[in-house]
Amino acid sequence: MRNAFADEMTKLAVLDPRLILLSGDIGNKLFDKFKDVAPTRFYNCGVAEGNMMSVAAGMALNNLRPVVYTITPFTTTRCFEQIRVDVCYHKAPVIIVGTGSGLSYAKLGPTHHSLEDIAILRTLPGIRVIAPCDSIELRLAMRAVLEDNIPAYIRIGKKGEVDIHASPPKFKIGEAIIVRPGNDMALLCTGTLMYETLKAADILEKIGISAEVVSFHTVKPLDKIYLQNASTRFNLLVTVEEHSRIGGFGSAVSEWRSSTNCNVQQISLGTDDEFMHEVGSQGYARKKYGLTAENIAARVAASLKA
Amino acid sequence: MKQISDPAELRSVARNLRAKTIETSSRTGTPHLASCLSTLDLLTALYFSVLRIDPKNPRDIGRDRFILSKGHGAMALFHVLAHRGFYSEEMLITYGEDGGIFGEHPPAPDQLPGIEAATGSLGHGLPMSLGIALAARIQKLSYNVYALLGDGECNEGSIWECAMLAAAQRTNNLCAIVDFNKWQATGRSQEILALDSLVDKWRAFGWDTHEIDGHDISAILSALSNFPSACSKPTAIIAHTVKGKGVSFMEDDNNWHYRIPTEDEVLKSKEELGVL
Repeated sequence: MRNAFADEMTKLAVLDPRLILLSGDIGNKLFDKFKDVAPTRFYNCGVAEGNMMSVAAGMALNNLRPVVYTITPFTTTRCFEQIRVDVCYHKAPVIIVGTGSGLSYAKLGPTHHSLEDIAILRTLPGIRVIAPCDSIELRLAMRAVLEDNIPAYIRIGKKGEVDIHASPPKFKIGEAIIVRPGNDMALLCTGTLMYETLKAADILEKIGISAEVVSFHTVKPLDKIYLQNASTRFNLLVTVEEHSRIGGFGSAVSEWRSSTNCNVQQISLGTDDEFMHEVGSQGYARKKYGLTAENIAARVAASLKA
Repeated sequence: MKQISDPAELRSVARNLRAKTIETSSRTGTPHLASCLSTLDLLTALYFSVLRIDPKNPRDIGRDRFILSKGHGAMALFHVLAHRGFYSEEMLITYGEDGGIFGEHPPAPDQLPGIEAATGSLGHGLPMSLGIALAARIQKLSYNVYALLGDGECNEGSIWECAMLAAAQRTNNLCAIVDFNKWQATGRSQEILALDSLVDKWRAFGWDTHEIDGHDISAILSALSNFPSACSKPTAIIAHTVKGKGVSFMEDDNNWHYRIPTEDEVLKSKEELGVL
């Protein structure tokens, strides 16, 4: 996904002279093509993310469209106050991109995991919180937030994520995309666990359960229209995210349920309330927290059986 | 209002603004009075002699930008902006009222003409100023950016992150002025963190650094006339100031970081300032 991000940034830089890229000393060679087409619009701000975010806000308040890019914890939790005050309070249209989100950097340890970013950022007034499921949604999201004029956070994976969409779908911020229609229940996924979620739907189909699979690429604003419709069609909604079960996408759906007195059943799948002390690959980490196709399918099957 | 070049006239403006700020603090119970009084000669020189601004066109794209990075000096800035014509002085009658706009820190820029950044959380204003300065270069505009910092604010790591990036980018349209009044909220700034030598620090961080008496209008104007620096560096002006400047019983007394003057103390202050 990061290669798609760099490629899309290069294309957009040609089209939009307002586009600026600020990097926190990351992406060696990744942005060479961007620098070729926009040599005066790339800023390596060093390992100083708080300052980088404020600099971006200053640019955004003066007719530019800065994109801030580094590994997710460093562009979210580390500089939360700069996002809160300088970006959101000022309604500065900064585009914040976190790369290697969730457990992408599982092997690097909890310093590089990001399992709280959706939770804290979606508390901020006025910001978009977006987690595309693949490179195609990422490219569409980049274009959509550029057309917007308000702050946005885009949470992306690292590399090697499987493309889900065969061709670019209709994409609108805050409007979920039905990736696979179904009749019995809905699997609502935000971010890069979509491949596992689709495989879960395959497993469920083999045992006679028709699961609708939906890409909730936007966590904020939440697609309440889809949720309202889904709650009339299904008895079970399952949220899937590579993020803590506290405060993330599943929590956003729970908040919607309680605010609307909706009694549809919900299962939230995400990571446990702990730091992962053992070393392991992203696949290992996902398995540890039950974020695999097999476990997602098993949870659905057990719930419907009960 | 024309720009003022006569230092005596500027000193008179500053005295009046001090008196108004003291009255407002007393009337509305707004603290940080002493922190405001240490800024007022600097603010007066900037707003009435240096900044290329038009209060009738406050969002002009080519305007110079001023950011009060030490946002707790807002009470002084609000009076300066009113006196400079960004809004009427009568508007300040609503200061501190429920539902009003004038509080203890600058509001968001879309809420009040003349405000470029909502500061108050220390260590944010200078980095935002750097972004604004770089935006000028990117868009081939010729405006300058001035940020006023407190010495206590120089505790913040983001100030020094910004100092290094500004120097690396040779951001010579950025000027940081430190209102070096030697105090922060709870004590001497040198004792709380080892600030000395603030001048050497800014110089070591790659800024064209000048040291002045921050209450000497002529010295302030002279230092600002050397900005932008000819050597492609951002400019730092370390302005030695006195917290509570202008009122003998407030000067260098840190109780006035939070204390509110009584009506009697307002009268005594105005007598000392020669503003009646």
